[in-house]
Amino acid sequence: MKAKTVETTYREALREALREALREDERVFLMGEDVGSYGGCFAVSLGLLEEFGPERIRDTPLSESAFVGAGIGAAIQGMRPIVEVMTVNFSLLALDQIMNNAASLLHMSGGQYDVPVVIRMTTGAGRQLAAQHSHSLEGWYAHIPGLRIVTPATLEDARGMLATALRDPDPVLIFEHGSLYNLKGKLRADAGAVDIDHAAVRRPGDDVTLIAYGGMLARTLEAAEALDAEGMSAEVVDLRTLRPLDDATIIGSVRRTHRAVVVDEGWRSGSLSAEIVARIQEQAFYDLDGPVERVCSAEVPMPYAQQLEAAALPQVDSIVAAARRTKG
Amino acid sequence: MNTHDARLAVAEALVEIVPDANVDAIPDGARLRDELELDSLDFLTFVELLSSGAHVRIDEMDYPRLATLDSSVAFVVERSA
Amino acid sequence: MVDFTMPSLGADMDEGTLLEWLVRPGDAVRKGDVLAVVDTSKSAVEVESFHSGVVGPLLVQPGTTVPVGTPLATILEGAAAAAPVEAPVEVPVEVPVVRSPLVRRDAAQLGVDLGHVHGSGPGGTVTRADVRREAHPHVKVTPYARRLAAELGVDLARVHPADGETVRADDVRGGAATPPAPPPPPSPPPPKAPPTPPADAMRATIAATMTRSKREVPHYYLANAVDLSRALAWMRARNRDLPVARRLVPAALVLHAVARAVAATPALNGFFVDGAFRPGSGVHVGVAISLRGGGLMAPAILDADRLSVEETMQQLKDLVTRTRAGRLRSRELSEPTITVTNLGDQGVDAVYGVIHAPQVALVGVGKVVERPWAADGMVGARPVTEMTLSADHRVTDGFTGARFLALVDEHLQHPEEQ
Repeated sequence: MKAKTVETTYREALREALREALREDERVFLMGEDVGSYGGCFAVSLGLLEEFGPERIRDTPLSESAFVGAGIGAAIQGMRPIVEVMTVNFSLLALDQIMNNAASLLHMSGGQYDVPVVIRMTTGAGRQLAAQHSHSLEGWYAHIPGLRIVTPATLEDARGMLATALRDPDPVLIFEHGSLYNLKGKLRADAGAVDIDHAAVRRPGDDVTLIAYGGMLARTLEAAEALDAEGMSAEVVDLRTLRPLDDATIIGSVRRTHRAVVVDEGWRSGSLSAEIVARIQEQAFYDLDGPVERVCSAEVPMPYAQQLEAAALPQVDSIVAAARRTKG
Repeated sequence: MNTHDARLAVAEALVEIVPDANVDAIPDGARLRDELELDSLDFLTFVELLSSGAHVRIDEMDYPRLATLDSSVAFVVERSA
Repeated sequence: MVDFTMPSLGADMDEGTLLEWLVRPGDAVRKGDVLAVVDTSKSAVEVESFHSGVVGPLLVQPGTTVPVGTPLATILEGAAAAAPVEAPVEVPVEVPVVRSPLVRRDAAQLGVDLGHVHGSGPGGTVTRADVRREAHPHVKVTPYARRLAAELGVDLARVHPADGETVRADDVRGGAATPPAPPPPPSPPPPKAPPTPPADAMRATIAATMTRSKREVPHYYLANAVDLSRALAWMRARNRDLPVARRLVPAALVLHAVARAVAATPALNGFFVDGAFRPGSGVHVGVAISLRGGGLMAPAILDADRLSVEETMQQLKDLVTRTRAGRLRSRELSEPTITVTNLGDQGVDAVYGVIHAPQVALVGVGKVVERPWAADGMVGARPVTEMTLSADHRVTDGFTGARFLALVDEHLQHPEEQ
């Protein structure tokens, strides 16, 4: 019997996930700037205040450090808060809370305090929001022990990662790329929780492994199509979880194709892509038929002008070119 | 090990001894020792390479089963199960 | 101070060509270190030093052909010489100096223009390494390509990178599945045989040796059928306990028995030179090894009478591998005191071979065949091989030869006694 599918969007999938979480566990509540009356800066929580009331959908003051700290406190006390930070750019104001409290309290308390907080943030560039509002810092957060970092790039993951994150006794940060909210597609009507431990091979191939996540997945898949037309078969790996990285899937793929390109919207130097290349070098050196390529953002504050911003970001062309370079 | 991998392992061992051997051109049923002009030392080296390459135990009484390409492949598949 | 001279590497070798120096004046060397590569008409051979000390001046340039016995260099024995060593003979050159036929041949095969090669040998002489470097300048190899080459037994020096710069897996596999790359440097397909001279030269040498032997040595021939059932049974029992890498083949048992019998029959172990028999310094059994692509070499297992059967097996394996790869040492070629030929693998009952003069005996081994055999009044089938002896009648008579074959037989009936 074929499962029913529904036409939906990434935004709607996130909303459905929120509704399911709020319905099934009364400890769950959503807090953040404009999540209530306004329905969320990106309309993700539209209608939820009406459905669940002001105790469950809580508008916060414009103070990230305070409300992220409050969410952490609530989590320690046994609640299951979903803290929405409008964008990763503003999360910097709560970095001390996230790193020094959420990520560290379990360890510092000798195991006495779990911090089961889920923090959702919008990330990425591409909408001409200029230097201070276009960061991709999920790679930075992936550097911190004590946190789990996930980057849903598909409808299934948007729908299913939240539930699994809420069951995690440790802090989970969910990064939603700003360009994905309008992503349309079909989703199984009974879609539910998904694992947040493994990467996924979105497209199998033999000649080169293209590794991407989040907002870069779609253009990486497009690049794979273009490469196919040139006779180069590209395998696309969606990382899904940036911390901990799924070495087995990544290395397994590179061992088969012997060539790799890492696509990362962060700036090249000291980025997550550097970590991935280091791991590939450590675990698959003798399987590599050429240096691993990286396609990252240009190392500049993100430009405001549309053409300049586009030039600064990884694009289909630059991914295809990098893949070709691996062939020598 | 499946037939494909077994065939690869046998071919690799043979090519190690006779570098310009065209394994694919060996007729079915042809005796390897005749076809590739292997003397007793070559054959022993073949056994050694196949044993380590395919991770199978090969005893002296198994040698008759390594007479042809097909029988060698079948032997490796059976022994590696 | 002692001379390092052009060695005699074969009975009929009068002269040799120095191809390459592998040491420089001032280098400290130990007895057994390889000092130079010499071209004989049969192959390029690495020559070891018989002395330890410091290398003195190099007296002969690579590419020069000199008679056997000519000093090629001096070695100052003992501790490193205190006085500074003379510089090698400098030949003022502006053009790369090419003297070696082997270097010329390498250059032709690799498509290298010798006029452009930088000679790094003494006096600017172009060496084989120089030619190889010119043919493959700054070539890099990816880790996967290197691993693949090792697994497939491909010589990386012979692989051309499709992009002219980096050898990748496809280059090793010899295919190109990608869009066209810049054309590789023009070169004929690489040679496949180990570095031995063209078959004609070897054939000519074998012809000369055999002709001389037949002409000068009065041969007599004896044969003896040997029942190998005990030897093979012992071997099979032994093999059950041995890992594949150490298992024995019948040839090892035969060689072991021959070595023991030769040790007890010294009149068959040595050389007939200048009208007299000179006993060999030890029992160094030459093993006739056929080369793929034609040709024959008979390098020695040194001191074969002191080895156990298992040690004989390892030596035999090693010798065959190195012979086929062209990596023999000069001692192995110059010192066989007796030769064993045709170790029964090819399909003949018996071999009546030609003695490799100046040796005085040659042992032949036929294929092992099940034959009817009478023992204790009963007839049964036994694995039998026909062993033969060709011997120099100037040195021994049939009586000695027969005793020798009987000794070999006895050893093969008691394989457990080592």
